Amino acid sequence: MAETHSVIGTKNKKGQTYTDTWKMMNEAPRTPSFYTGSEVIKEAIRRASCDVMIAYPITPQSEAAALIGELFAEGYIGDYFRGESEFAVMSQCAGAAFGGARVFTTTAGPGTMRAMENFPMWAGARLPIQMIVTCRGINSPLSIQPDTLEIAYLLNTGMLVWHAETAQDFFDWILKGYMVSEEPDVHLPLALCCDGFFVTHTKDVVNLTPADMCLPPYDPYRSPVPCMDMECPPVRMMRDPFVMKSNYISYATHASWQQEIWAAVERSRKHSIKWLNGLIDAENTDAEIMIVASGTAVSQGREAIRLLEDEGVRCGLVKVKTLRPWPEEEIREATKNAKHIFVPEFNVTGWLAKEIKATIPNHHRVHAGPHVCGGMTMPPEIIVSEIKTALGMKTFSLAGRGS
Amino acid sequence: MIKKRLNIRMSGLGGQGAVTAAHVMAMAANRDGKFSISNPFFGAEKRMAPAESYCRIGIERIYDRGELVFPDVIEVFHPQVITMGKSYTMPFYSGIKEGGVVIINSAQPLLSEEDIQRLKDLNVATFYIAGTELAIEIAGTELSTNMTMIGSVAGITKCVSMEALDGALQERFGKKFVASGGTASLDEAIKKKFAKKEMLLQKNLATVKRAYEIASEWAEKNHVELRVGNPAVAA
Repeated sequence: MAETHSVIGTKNKKGQTYTDTWKMMNEAPRTPSFYTGSEVIKEAIRRASCDVMIAYPITPQSEAAALIGELFAEGYIGDYFRGESEFAVMSQCAGAAFGGARVFTTTAGPGTMRAMENFPMWAGARLPIQMIVTCRGINSPLSIQPDTLEIAYLLNTGMLVWHAETAQDFFDWILKGYMVSEEPDVHLPLALCCDGFFVTHTKDVVNLTPADMCLPPYDPYRSPVPCMDMECPPVRMMRDPFVMKSNYISYATHASWQQEIWAAVERSRKHSIKWLNGLIDAENTDAEIMIVASGTAVSQGREAIRLLEDEGVRCGLVKVKTLRPWPEEEIREATKNAKHIFVPEFNVTGWLAKEIKATIPNHHRVHAGPHVCGGMTMPPEIIVSEIKTALGMKTFSLAGRGS
Repeated sequence: MIKKRLNIRMSGLGGQGAVTAAHVMAMAANRDGKFSISNPFFGAEKRMAPAESYCRIGIERIYDRGELVFPDVIEVFHPQVITMGKSYTMPFYSGIKEGGVVIINSAQPLLSEEDIQRLKDLNVATFYIAGTELAIEIAGTELSTNMTMIGSVAGITKCVSMEALDGALQERFGKKFVASGGTASLDEAIKKKFAKKEMLLQKNLATVKRAYEIASEWAEKNHVELRVGNPAVAA
């Protein structure tokens, strides 16, 4: 990273050393720690040189928001306050980002839905805000358990959308996420999603970078849109909003700007590949049976693959890390040998399977399922059962809960 | 029976510390060099509503998470889990694996004839412990009931060592720990019961130890053997 007035090597007020992010993430020593996902979010933000966090503690994200409040009390975050609703929080995040701050927030489920109007606005205004989405059920009857339906609504907002499998992904991707989001040729918000409870409330081993190293601060002058200058094209939306449709130029500007947002999503591809080591992880792609999944469904898939191995059935795995940008080429290549592609999902509609079907040739190979929803768990046994049934193998009925 | 992984389901009521118990067990297993994962499942935080937590302990990396549908061990923290159906399943032992163990916190037997027969058919052993009474006797508060549940499962399965439990308890209660508003206020409530934090640690540990001994003795007497290890090496 070429910076003319580099702060690398200098210390912040907490005594942390601003460190080259690539070195911090890839070369610095790591300490294994046994933490919940929420504690891991706190530890990542401790190292993220965040200027502002705005919180509306909707459950189950309350732990992360509360823990980051502690970080603020300790002096690690520039400013921290609570909004009166999720909509207010996301609007306030925009204000902070317009002012040139590195902004962090968290939400979940109905909160995400309530704040939805802001997300295309963030993308359109090219604000590199990072929002943690700890997915939970959105429909009535109310549920606070994990369900990934809300991700489907985020896919067309123009935000980058990543789906973490584990707390380790979370720790690394929060920090790396800012690097991708803040690139001048990207400069878009990131929705970093995980399945609530399965990541946030689960204690697992996570390897942390040193606490005395932190990200270089956000440089708002790398923004393609001048900060706090709503009068300056191309986002002159306050005084002369395109919604007025005053003349052909405003039509054309709006249309081209939408294309530019999605071009920026595409341009994030090369940075995401570099930082995440590829948009997907693929294992045993020569197998005839593949599981393609994102989030916790990947973990459950890994366990199912172990169970299938015990029965002599070989099954490969694709872990989809980024949903936007969508890893079209990568998925096509990784599934080219597969005769059966199973897409386990923690939602009722199967949005990931639909994306995959729209991507690969011979999409009849895709078995959309198994699905669980409304906060239910997906035992690996039901993935095994789905696969064996599709292959015409004998399966035993699962004496599950409630039988 | 020696298994590569031991899956423990803890069914309790909100406020009893089932979530904490699973976390402490997983932290202890991690200290012992085993692989472990723990996670809770509950609705809006409220006392006496069903709350479950799950602890998985094994000899290889664990990916599986979420509700434990097919557990090896079920711990019932409160009689109402059984008598009032305050469980995420009906009956509370749905999904238990053959050769498993059910641990119930109750001074009296609670199972119906049908339950007893079904568990017997699955070769599942049932261990009753008067955990709340034990907690009141040793720690002076029913809030230490979860310690008797930790001691029971550790005593029967030996899946974590007493040293590791000691360390995990210190890690959990020895420093400031914020989980959520509800948990924080419960932590405060229990701390007020003891003059000093050290006393809390000491009394909790004593409660774990006593339950461990009682459970250990029961397992030996009844030839209940459920262990975490490598079955191939054992055979």
